[in-house]
Amino acid sequence: MLIRFEIIRRKSPADKPYTVSVEYETDGEETVAGALTELNVSAFADDPIEWESSCRQKKCGACAMLINGRPGLACDAWLKDLPEGTVRLEPLKKFPVIRDLTVDRSVMLDNLKQLGAWLRDSAVPDTTGVAYDASRCLQCGCCLEVCPNFYAGGEFFGTAVLAPASRLIAEAPDTDGKRLYGAYSEHFYRGCGKSLACRDICPAGIDMERLLVNSNAAAVWKRKFRRGKK
Amino acid sequence: MADMINIIGAGLAGLSAALTLAEKGIRCRLISAQSSERAQSVLAEGGINAALDTMGEGDTTALHCEETMKGGVMLADPYAVEGLTKHAPDVVRKLAELGVPFNRNEDGSLMLRSFGGQKKKRTAFAKSSTGKMIMTALIDAVRRYEAEGLVERLPRHRLIRLLINDGECAGVRVKECCGGTVRDLAGAVILACGGLNGFFPSMTTGTTTNTGTPAAVMFTQGLLFANLEMIQYHPTTIAIPGKRCLISEAARGEGGRLFSLKDGEKRYFMEEKYPTLGNLMPRDVVSREMFFEMRRGGEIFLDMTGITEEVWEGKLSDLREEIMHYFPLDPKRDPIPVQPGIHYFMGGIYVNRLHETNIDGLYAAGECACQYHGANRLGGNSMLGAVYGGMTAAQTASGYKRRNHNGDRDFTGRDEYDCEASAEFSRSMGYILREGLGIVRTESGIRAAIESVEALGYANEAEKAKKALAEAMLYSAFGRMESRGAHYREDFPETFAGFKKTTVSEYNGGRVRVTFADLPERNDNADQI
Repeated sequence: MLIRFEIIRRKSPADKPYTVSVEYETDGEETVAGALTELNVSAFADDPIEWESSCRQKKCGACAMLINGRPGLACDAWLKDLPEGTVRLEPLKKFPVIRDLTVDRSVMLDNLKQLGAWLRDSAVPDTTGVAYDASRCLQCGCCLEVCPNFYAGGEFFGTAVLAPASRLIAEAPDTDGKRLYGAYSEHFYRGCGKSLACRDICPAGIDMERLLVNSNAAAVWKRKFRRGKK
Repeated sequence: MADMINIIGAGLAGLSAALTLAEKGIRCRLISAQSSERAQSVLAEGGINAALDTMGEGDTTALHCEETMKGGVMLADPYAVEGLTKHAPDVVRKLAELGVPFNRNEDGSLMLRSFGGQKKKRTAFAKSSTGKMIMTALIDAVRRYEAEGLVERLPRHRLIRLLINDGECAGVRVKECCGGTVRDLAGAVILACGGLNGFFPSMTTGTTTNTGTPAAVMFTQGLLFANLEMIQYHPTTIAIPGKRCLISEAARGEGGRLFSLKDGEKRYFMEEKYPTLGNLMPRDVVSREMFFEMRRGGEIFLDMTGITEEVWEGKLSDLREEIMHYFPLDPKRDPIPVQPGIHYFMGGIYVNRLHETNIDGLYAAGECACQYHGANRLGGNSMLGAVYGGMTAAQTASGYKRRNHNGDRDFTGRDEYDCEASAEFSRSMGYILREGLGIVRTESGIRAAIESVEALGYANEAEKAKKALAEAMLYSAFGRMESRGAHYREDFPETFAGFKKTTVSEYNGGRVRVTFADLPERNDNADQI
């Protein structure tokens, strides 16, 4: 199959974005990440496309970008599954562009710092599986991209903090609980419009609704759904 | 007490070092090309070893030590391994306290699973995403100290070179990615920059970010490397676009079986040949047997069809999802075709048991260092080695008093090492190395690879340095005229006591030299391999 890639490039944050097009012949049995790798040693060898990548098996979240307008991981986007014709690659739009498809996602880490996303005392083992599921968050930013309520710099921190916060809330000893509940209510619960767009877009397939229910219960309604406890 | 320590790499070993320093009140910088969430450590699957003895089998730290030494065919520093295994239960308990959601027994104790080369259940795990779970907990733990100002993160920064002054590592020269500024950062340095995947592009289970260039540059700056011939081929990997994907040893730990298929005949070759440990022999043995089966024309499959529903659900659900993502096969019903793939580098920066390198003020931990695993690493010992190694390196570095009192500064000149090897160069060299440093090696094969690497031209200092470290790998394999662990020489199939030595690689005056260094002896060590 022949794919025409349209890639939005930008040399630096100060420069204007521009589009480059290139044709790519493939059997479809590869991903957008594979195609970008090949294009960078062929068509773009002299001026490689800047994009982040690491694990290539949807476990690290590095290669999140907009693929035909939808946020996702380049290593999880098989060419055979994309509509034939043109594939448009763009950087995520809710984060400042550094160069080409690379964006600065440090706002997520800054927000977690502001939230106080850590435990001071020993964790209480979680028997519900929430801590496990929440710990799978890749911090890729796809959920923030589709969230109607999130914008960088706002007081609502979005699902990229819901997952880590839910891990901590599920395991928090009483000494950490109060602090985390307050921060969660302020930076997540109050701002979340419950569109649940994040649930459908998460590349890790994390059950956001479950995290939301569990964390709201603990932080807002002061009840924990722990096995054997009420 | 040290005033500021620069940690290169924000994976498991780097985070562990940062946490240890921060808990002591010592400031550090965590310098990495990408954020911790992108580190290779998140890919670790099966678990982390510790003789916690929660399964009622009478496990001991002494047995963990003995099996780690034997698994590494006696090539690791026995004192270092003793420290590692003795402290392993505390390491894992600490991780549990940080909130790693390990699988647990009904009584709340940590559940342990079987792993290769170990007669007791010793591997703590969180389904088969243990690395990701540990990383998440450590990232959160370190974040607390970022907020307190003890840990400063410098993401999107690459190491250009070490700053060595009068025999001391006085700091590092780093560059912000995407053409940013170059800075000289003063202070002692802990290297936690991962294995040498970048020497085998697209051929390993590791991160594709790793270029191997910083390691190579440091080699040409005089940093000693050890046991570079010891490259682990994991038995069960599959080819996916751009790399190899690991199928965790947990698959066999929980009952998966390997068989070969030739002319319609199925043979469970590991169980036939090794009745005691069977499919859970150390990885070097399993991969070698697979190689021989494949050379006889057999195709190898991993048969997980006998694993119970309960185990799939509670311990391996993520592994099943992963396999089904890449194959139109369900491992519950269908055997999966697998091949050995490059997974881990036992060799690396030459460190002693305190994680000191040959350069003052410079330490190394995690996969980038040669410590703990000898000639072959046991599954479950890598994350343990990374966490404990990071802690030990930090502990040692914290007591270092600098001789150079230089400060931080922006560097505006041109550094000849501020470059990268081209993809074409790295690929060509990777193919050569793969031929010379396969699972089964011969003198003629290694010699041919040496000639090919020596004949490679280079366009910049990065390529020149990578060439030098590649030569060191090949010379190490050439010089070890025996078979030991992951290094199997078909022309020298026996293990010789005279080669129970560390292969040390040195770059001096533009030349690569490989020598053999004695290991610390232990009188109480009965095994005299």
